Amino acid sequence: MNAIYSSRKRTNLIIRALCFGAAAFGLSFLGLILFTLFWNGLAGLGLSVFTQMTPPPGSNSGGLANALAGSLVITIIGVAIGAPLGMLAGTYLAEYGRHEKLTTVIRFINDILLSAPSIVIGLFVYVAIVLPMGGFSGFAGSLALAVIVIPVVVRTTEDMLLLVPNPLREAAAALGMPRSLVIKRVAYRAARAGLITGILLATARVAGETAPLLFTALNNQFWNLDMTGTVANLPVTINNFVQSPYEFWRQLAWTGALIITLSVLALNIVARVLGRERNTQ
Amino acid sequence: MNNRLPSDARETGAQMTDFAMQASTTREAPVADRAQALKQFALSDKTFYWLTRVSAVSVLLLLGGIIISLTVGAWPAIQHFGLSFLTTQRWAPQIEPAPILGGLGPIYGTLVSSIIAMLIAVPVGLGIAIFLTELCPAWLRRPFGIAIELLAGIPSIIYGMWGFFVLAPFLADHFQPLLIATFEGVPVLGAIFGGPPSYLSLFNASVVLAIMILPFITAISRDVFMTVPPVLKESAYGIGCTTWEVVRSVVIPYTRVGVIGGVMLALGRALGETMAVTFIIGNSFRIQDSIFAPGTTISAAIASEFAESGGLHQSALFFLGLLLFVLTFFVLACARIMLMRLERQKGT
Repeated sequence: MNAIYSSRKRTNLIIRALCFGAAAFGLSFLGLILFTLFWNGLAGLGLSVFTQMTPPPGSNSGGLANALAGSLVITIIGVAIGAPLGMLAGTYLAEYGRHEKLTTVIRFINDILLSAPSIVIGLFVYVAIVLPMGGFSGFAGSLALAVIVIPVVVRTTEDMLLLVPNPLREAAAALGMPRSLVIKRVAYRAARAGLITGILLATARVAGETAPLLFTALNNQFWNLDMTGTVANLPVTINNFVQSPYEFWRQLAWTGALIITLSVLALNIVARVLGRERNTQ
Repeated sequence: MNNRLPSDARETGAQMTDFAMQASTTREAPVADRAQALKQFALSDKTFYWLTRVSAVSVLLLLGGIIISLTVGAWPAIQHFGLSFLTTQRWAPQIEPAPILGGLGPIYGTLVSSIIAMLIAVPVGLGIAIFLTELCPAWLRRPFGIAIELLAGIPSIIYGMWGFFVLAPFLADHFQPLLIATFEGVPVLGAIFGGPPSYLSLFNASVVLAIMILPFITAISRDVFMTVPPVLKESAYGIGCTTWEVVRSVVIPYTRVGVIGGVMLALGRALGETMAVTFIIGNSFRIQDSIFAPGTTISAAIASEFAESGGLHQSALFFLGLLLFVLTFFVLACARIMLMRLERQKGT
């Protein structure tokens, strides 16, 4: 009896130690990544990063101004296209088609698109947009990002609208409000914080996406915000600079990576705070 | 559901609408315009309904569009190489006029790197999830959980960069020689862990991949573990079970389907991941015995060759992309079906 007892205790101790070890191992690796990123990124962070263009080969001065601006515009247009579409689709799933078979199918496909490889989406936009339009363009990049935004927003919109209590809708309908107004004036308003959270999370998701931009928006060494041509953007710039032989370029890549990470983390945190406010209300 | 009301209800609805409207927007409108206002409502109602419906269906069209465009892009290669594409290892796009292209190398690399990554990340991720749900002091639970979720949001190119500059040199200088020395002379393992250590290798890429999917696995399995009713665990603790016994005999059996679903979701991510892998995998299409030798994955091959490709070469890359999409589609579909089963179980 005693032997069994002590062996059970021993096994338990070993497993507990392994779990603690796993937590320490995982967290230290992830901490290490952030530490390296800050250490290397902060070294190159200065005003010139935001005011100067990306450097030509061999040059030792330059910044990321055009890439930052390009990334901002590409991302904003991508979200501006993807988010409304995703919200409308999510609205259908949660409000009109709640018990339809079609909804189950769409939800299933949407969940798969949610984690589809982003490089495949780049290939899709290449065939669907870049080839017919006759060249790489910032607009194609935005569309590729929109394709990634849509499933995220569909999912969050549906989830948030399903949380809105039905008596609210019934009360509005009893006042004689048409269905579309019930949705727009009551359900959207009740779920507003959640809907914004979803859009912010989607923005954070695409802000650092690199693979789909590699052969849609391509890159540009100069200041260009004309969406019909190639547009400089931060992720592809980092991708090109990391593998370059120039020390200065690698430094810029670290700085760019730090800027992307900080903005993605900031978006995530804002979204989280908004989402929590909703819950405590 | 039914968005039309029966006619008498619609009429009372109309009166009510009139009443509601008088109070707000159409105060100045004469009563004679009521019919017109109602017609306008009906129109905007219908418009909004169809707008949302078309948007919802466009999600399906998106999937169809992806499959069709990949197939269109891959068609010349499918016609030219056929099924032998899957069994040919040689990748020689420079040969004129007919390049020899086979996808075996990238397919092998994709599968092997994902498997190694899962072998590392699944035990560690499950360990962290158990730590978070059973062992962690309550005050640490929230911040720890949030940190994991934030890390899951970091773009993959950051992981790739860190792997390229920090992890790959470390592994090649310290970790790989250790494994090579340990397994030298052992029949099979000697070949797998053989050869000179290298900065660019399948193994290094797998480790970066593992670190990248670790937060995913942890977050999902934690959520899944949370679905176990506390009463079940408490009764097990109450009859004197140790933590491990509770996890093994209560938590894991209860959540098995969900855990497998979560792991497959992470596998789907690992299979299609591009930027974390491209920098350090070495982009070599040759399959070698040693995992310390350079290799390539489907996504890395597309990312590094697509911009300079044309003709049959580009089409072959599309073929690879199509294969990747089909592969991840099935893995993700299985994952979703399993997670859905867990949800249903929770509901009953």
